[in-house]
Amino acid sequence: MVCQVEADYEKNIIRAFTQLDAHGQGNLKAVQAISWADKLAPKSIPTLLQAMNQANPVGDNWIRGAIARIAASSDRATFPKASVKAIIQNHDNEGSTRRAAFEILRQHHPSDAEALIPSFLHDREPSLRREAIQVILEDAETATPPARSIALFQEGLQHARDVDQIKQASQSLKSRGQDIDLITLLGFQTRWKMVGPFDNTGREGFSAVYEPEKKLSTKASYPGKNGQVSWSSFSTNDPLGLLDINHHYGELKEVVAYAHTSFYSPKSQKVQFRLGSKNAWKIWVNHRLLFAREEYHRGGTRVDQFILDGSLQKGDNQILLKICQNEQTQPWTKNWEFCFRITDPTGKVIQEAAPQ
Amino acid sequence: MKTLGSLFFVTLALLPAQGDWLMFRGSNGNGSTHRSLPVTLKTQGDKSWSQDLPGRGIASPVVVGNTIFLSASSGPYQEDLHVLAYDSSDGKQLWQRTLKATGRTVCHKKTCVAASTLASDGKGLIAQFSSNDVFAFDLAGNLKWARGLTFDHPNIANGLGMSSSPVVVQGVAVIQVENDADSYSFGLDLQNGTTLWLKKRPKAANWTSPVIINTKGRSLVGLQSKEGMTAIEPKTGKTVWDYQDGASTIPSSTWTGKGILLLPSHGITALQVAPDLQSFEPIWVDNKLKPGTGSPSCLDGFLYVVNNANVLSCASVETGDIQWRLRLQGPISGSPLITADHLYIFSEDGLGQVVNIKAEKPEVIHTFDLNDTILCTPAVAKDAILVRSDSKLWKLSD
Repeated sequence: MVCQVEADYEKNIIRAFTQLDAHGQGNLKAVQAISWADKLAPKSIPTLLQAMNQANPVGDNWIRGAIARIAASSDRATFPKASVKAIIQNHDNEGSTRRAAFEILRQHHPSDAEALIPSFLHDREPSLRREAIQVILEDAETATPPARSIALFQEGLQHARDVDQIKQASQSLKSRGQDIDLITLLGFQTRWKMVGPFDNTGREGFSAVYEPEKKLSTKASYPGKNGQVSWSSFSTNDPLGLLDINHHYGELKEVVAYAHTSFYSPKSQKVQFRLGSKNAWKIWVNHRLLFAREEYHRGGTRVDQFILDGSLQKGDNQILLKICQNEQTQPWTKNWEFCFRITDPTGKVIQEAAPQ
Repeated sequence: MKTLGSLFFVTLALLPAQGDWLMFRGSNGNGSTHRSLPVTLKTQGDKSWSQDLPGRGIASPVVVGNTIFLSASSGPYQEDLHVLAYDSSDGKQLWQRTLKATGRTVCHKKTCVAASTLASDGKGLIAQFSSNDVFAFDLAGNLKWARGLTFDHPNIANGLGMSSSPVVVQGVAVIQVENDADSYSFGLDLQNGTTLWLKKRPKAANWTSPVIINTKGRSLVGLQSKEGMTAIEPKTGKTVWDYQDGASTIPSSTWTGKGILLLPSHGITALQVAPDLQSFEPIWVDNKLKPGTGSPSCLDGFLYVVNNANVLSCASVETGDIQWRLRLQGPISGSPLITADHLYIFSEDGLGQVVNIKAEKPEVIHTFDLNDTILCTPAVAKDAILVRSDSKLWKLSD
């Protein structure tokens, strides 16, 4: 039982933390509220954890801070183990809530937390699922006979969502003579229509609105940087779905290219668009700009470098990318490339469905 | 008398306590101390210890009283952001707080999300991470507030990672989050984390840290960028003066405390700042003093800088005249630590090197190998040196 005074503090703390918004909005109330955490007992920890269901990621951090203040006075006897465990096991909670509950359980009762890990194999929360995959991959490394090891790696590969674990499992299977199709497994979009090059002298092309941005038609041709340009097919067999634009147009500098693909979805659904590129880029989904990033050659191109929340509509979806190359001449700046895949919000690959 | 008394009290309160090391390159921000430190440093002994860390980091430790504070990052994506406290006497961990990154955590493999050194006003801590999360804690580890600057502005990020360390001055945490896309500096209210000012900055990757430029009773903050150096009022962000002849985006500037700012521009450019801090004048430039990754340090009228060829140069702060040069064992990422008689520096391979800077012919007089990768700038805790790797924190004394 939480007494009325404590319940009021809980309520006010939760209200302050769940009303936090970007740009520090709500900070004044939250600063006051977090000091009230000192008045709460460990039994309030589950209530605060569940408040993460309504908070944004910054609010989550305030809640973590408040819980740390409370937990400082908690010992094994007073820590509300059963309630925290119930939060982890209740899949109606947000993944971030359940993850936070798992971490605090592991901090206070490590063996109880570890015992839950095998149950995360099918979990919708990628960070929890990852824990289970890690155990399987570690077991697979030492399992005997070899067939058992292969079976475990395959199980890990089947359920993994994180690219590093998928790579680890697939490399282990390859070294054991198994064929792995990473392109399909990771769901890379490998077939595109491409048009370019357009001018990016002085990096002006990033902001310039060229014709493909105004009206998307893969049958059209346009004035490009070096003459008239038209759409052509462009695909890759690279195991990590890398599309090397230099391979298509030759090694060019100060240029822009557009890549288009359509993606059929049998239903409207929330997804994540996962792009990798070391070039400046923009992405439009169904003619709406989703995100743009003007940064060149700060690190390499990585799978899932940028994970963008978005949605697919039922039917055909038009995806347009703008990939910009700048003027730098160092060897590490010649890359003009991208990779792209679509997953659901849990990281599960969405393969394109056949149109109905 | 009442007014004078109050001012005296405020002035005393703002002075760092003896033994504190409050931010990147110390409480003065110039990598120096007048304290005498042992030449022969040991990894074990009554005053030496090491502690395993829960995560990676290239941030330096800071010290308030008898407590050492440090940041680290861990997790598959370095999404776990740690702020840690250790008892300086025996290395016992006093507390650990872990929050989550709300911004991007992708970094070059040589750096990591815990790249920015904490800053303290002696009463609390400001922690900034490469994900552009900023947290305030009291010294007991209680979170005071949290901000996610990439949560606010999703294009604040650098594909190689960010590394600027905050400064705390006049109740403001000055945070540089400058990059190729949405490039800003922030003044955050130390008490509540609200934005006091937001300043558009040059669109260019920038790993330098703000520098406090102060005289008695006055403080500005210098914001360095590829375009030069902008001195601002900490409380308003208002520009006071602007040096526009370009500057490095990796090594940071150093305030000598004697009216001269050492700016990594065309090698080193020394700016004489007026006593009222309202203007500046370049007094010398020397391209032979170009720093490598580390920033210049200074003490007692001399500056010390290590270039990309691992050559340590000592020059006069007043004139730029080079006094001597000495080749060190490198590569070296951290900045030198200067005491009255010695210079301490670590190679990336973990080789500690002690130079007798007051000798007629300065040379390396002592080395010791930590057998680990050391990229941070050493800090000072009383009569000991603090360094950290991705996995350990060392207190090194005699």
